[in-house]
Amino acid sequence: MKKTVVAFAIMSIGLGAAQAQEVVKLGSAAPLTGTIAHLGKDLENGTRMAVEALNAQGVTIGGKKVKFELIGEDDQADPRTGTTVAQRLVDAGVKGVIGHLNSGTSIPASRIYDQGGIPQISPASTNPKLTQQNFKGVFRTIANDVQQGGALGKFAVKSLGAKKVAIIDDRTAYGQGLADETEKAVKASGAQVVAREFTTDKATDFNAILTKIRATAPDVIFFGGMDAQAGPMLRQMKQLGINAKFLTGDGGCSPEMIKLAGEAMSASTYCSMAGLPLDKMPGGAAFREQYKKRFGGEVQLYAPYAYDAATAIVKAMEKAGSPEPSKYLPELKKINFNGVTGNVAFDDKGDIKEGAVTIYSFKDGNWVPM
Amino acid sequence: MTPRSVVGVMPARLMDPTAAPDWRLVRLGRGIMETLIQQLINGLVIGSVYALIALGYTMVYGILGLINFAHGDVLMVGALVALQTMTFLMGMAPGMSPLVMLSIALLVAIVVCMLLGFTMERLAYRRLRNAPRLAPLITAIGVSFLLQTIAMIIWGRNYHTYPQLISTTPLQPIEGVFITPVQITIIFGSAALMIGLLLLVNRTKIGRAMRATAENHRVASLMGVDTNAVIAFTFVIGAGLAAVAGVMFASNYGIAHYGMGFMPGLKAFTAAVLGGIGNLGGAMLGGLVLGVVESFGAGYIENLTFGFLNSSYQDIFAFLILGLVLIFRPTGLLGERVSDRA
Repeated sequence: MKKTVVAFAIMSIGLGAAQAQEVVKLGSAAPLTGTIAHLGKDLENGTRMAVEALNAQGVTIGGKKVKFELIGEDDQADPRTGTTVAQRLVDAGVKGVIGHLNSGTSIPASRIYDQGGIPQISPASTNPKLTQQNFKGVFRTIANDVQQGGALGKFAVKSLGAKKVAIIDDRTAYGQGLADETEKAVKASGAQVVAREFTTDKATDFNAILTKIRATAPDVIFFGGMDAQAGPMLRQMKQLGINAKFLTGDGGCSPEMIKLAGEAMSASTYCSMAGLPLDKMPGGAAFREQYKKRFGGEVQLYAPYAYDAATAIVKAMEKAGSPEPSKYLPELKKINFNGVTGNVAFDDKGDIKEGAVTIYSFKDGNWVPM
Repeated sequence: MTPRSVVGVMPARLMDPTAAPDWRLVRLGRGIMETLIQQLINGLVIGSVYALIALGYTMVYGILGLINFAHGDVLMVGALVALQTMTFLMGMAPGMSPLVMLSIALLVAIVVCMLLGFTMERLAYRRLRNAPRLAPLITAIGVSFLLQTIAMIIWGRNYHTYPQLISTTPLQPIEGVFITPVQITIIFGSAALMIGLLLLVNRTKIGRAMRATAENHRVASLMGVDTNAVIAFTFVIGAGLAAVAGVMFASNYGIAHYGMGFMPGLKAFTAAVLGGIGNLGGAMLGGLVLGVVESFGAGYIENLTFGFLNSSYQDIFAFLILGLVLIFRPTGLLGERVSDRA
């Protein structure tokens, strides 16, 4: 089902009634149907909140009053549909896009936006590849997997006090990428990587590599991979009498992990997720209230990142004095403001600077943010 | 990442005495002996499971010359049926002793798998007994897919936590070497089953019929052996052993899944070939050797190759050994001794 949702923000304009109002279109693309439709809608709602707030407040670009119009598209979390809706947004003449949600749709869609000369900010896609394609106008407001690995490595050394770290990955693009970044960060923080071992994303027996790791007496064992391996791995660690702390990325940061590791879960089990919990965001509490008032529900995940993404585009347009992508893109590259999620500023590639990563620890049967 | 070059990195590291020691080269770690014994235990545990599964492959091959690729999935069915039974019993009689519960679950799993083995033979393989060899082989692969899909429909795609009714709290028989009661049970349980099977094949009437059928089933049937019944019996015994292996496997790792039979099935098949397919003793030896080689391979490959290969190549060790054995002993470690095969 493809639904084009056109939002008309209805507002009374007291001033400049005689002045012609310019309408600037912005695009939103996310899965609005399917299994993660709730997350996609959340993303779109965040963008919508920003657009409505800006229209209510009144934005002047290059001396002209501007009204923003949001065009929301459903990419169905499907790469092919993703490129179709991307083309549709380009054809509709949007001046900037907030989306998509999945890395798998963001990456192919980014080519279409690049060809159309339209800046794209993803509030949700974490795969490093997205911003490494040498496209000029691709940004994200959420930490990528490189930043996640960096945070994990730093956490292991600085917060857990590890001197020796063992690293395992499952040889998938995700697991290996995250493990490599974690290894770099561990070394940069001054600790030693005493073992680098490998398994597969189909394995269940890790006794041999864990025995080898045990001989190097690490303080922390990091695993880059998914919960289906992380769970049994943690069990086997305990069975081999390894008391090192266990750390894993977002692939193992799930309720499923808690189930599969069973009694092996302990207070020294940690995992990470990109982003901050809403309560820890500078503007989190106020955002939650407004969101609830406007949409009648709780924020799922990405709404605040989408809000900041939309705000970034509009701020860049104001500074450049033009809603034209070619004019405001240089301003977007050096944007710097305090958003809902924290400070918003991009590095040369378009990744958010100091993207937040939250470490969770296991407590009372649940993952609890630290 | 650029691939590590042997020529570029290695000699420099070895020749420069002031260079920081690379842990890959200098350190086997503290407690070399403990690690060695631990790897041996790891290998024996997984090897025992491989051996049990390999027996099913080798018995069927011995009698029919058929490689029953669905055998690994019988293991999965066994594990999941036992899981279902345990969940049911926990709901019905929460106070039941874990050992009794496990025994009942195991029994149910064995019976279901035996029925499954019987049905498989009757419906899929018997009709193809005189067909070209390729036909039953392809059919076996088809049966494997069928079993996995049915299991996926019944038990879903998710991983299941497996109740560990025998304790997994590690014991330390030697300082620094750990083994859990469930692992001890696996080693001794599979050894007992293997001895039982050898006795069955070598000392009983049905065993003699199995050996006769393996040698030549036309002649055996002329001598009054009901070869159809013997073949069905062979499938049933193999499936029963797979059910036990499945419960052991799942109990050890605490996890079960509709696709869990594939890897151990493949490894066990390798073990059967390694030992000499068709040979019972060979399957047992092959399983244990494969388990230990895998374990040592993953544990020491990096030290043995001076850091050139790492544990992502752990599986090549097993297949390297298989290749070497087959080059020098084409019929496997123990060979295909006709009089012994069953």
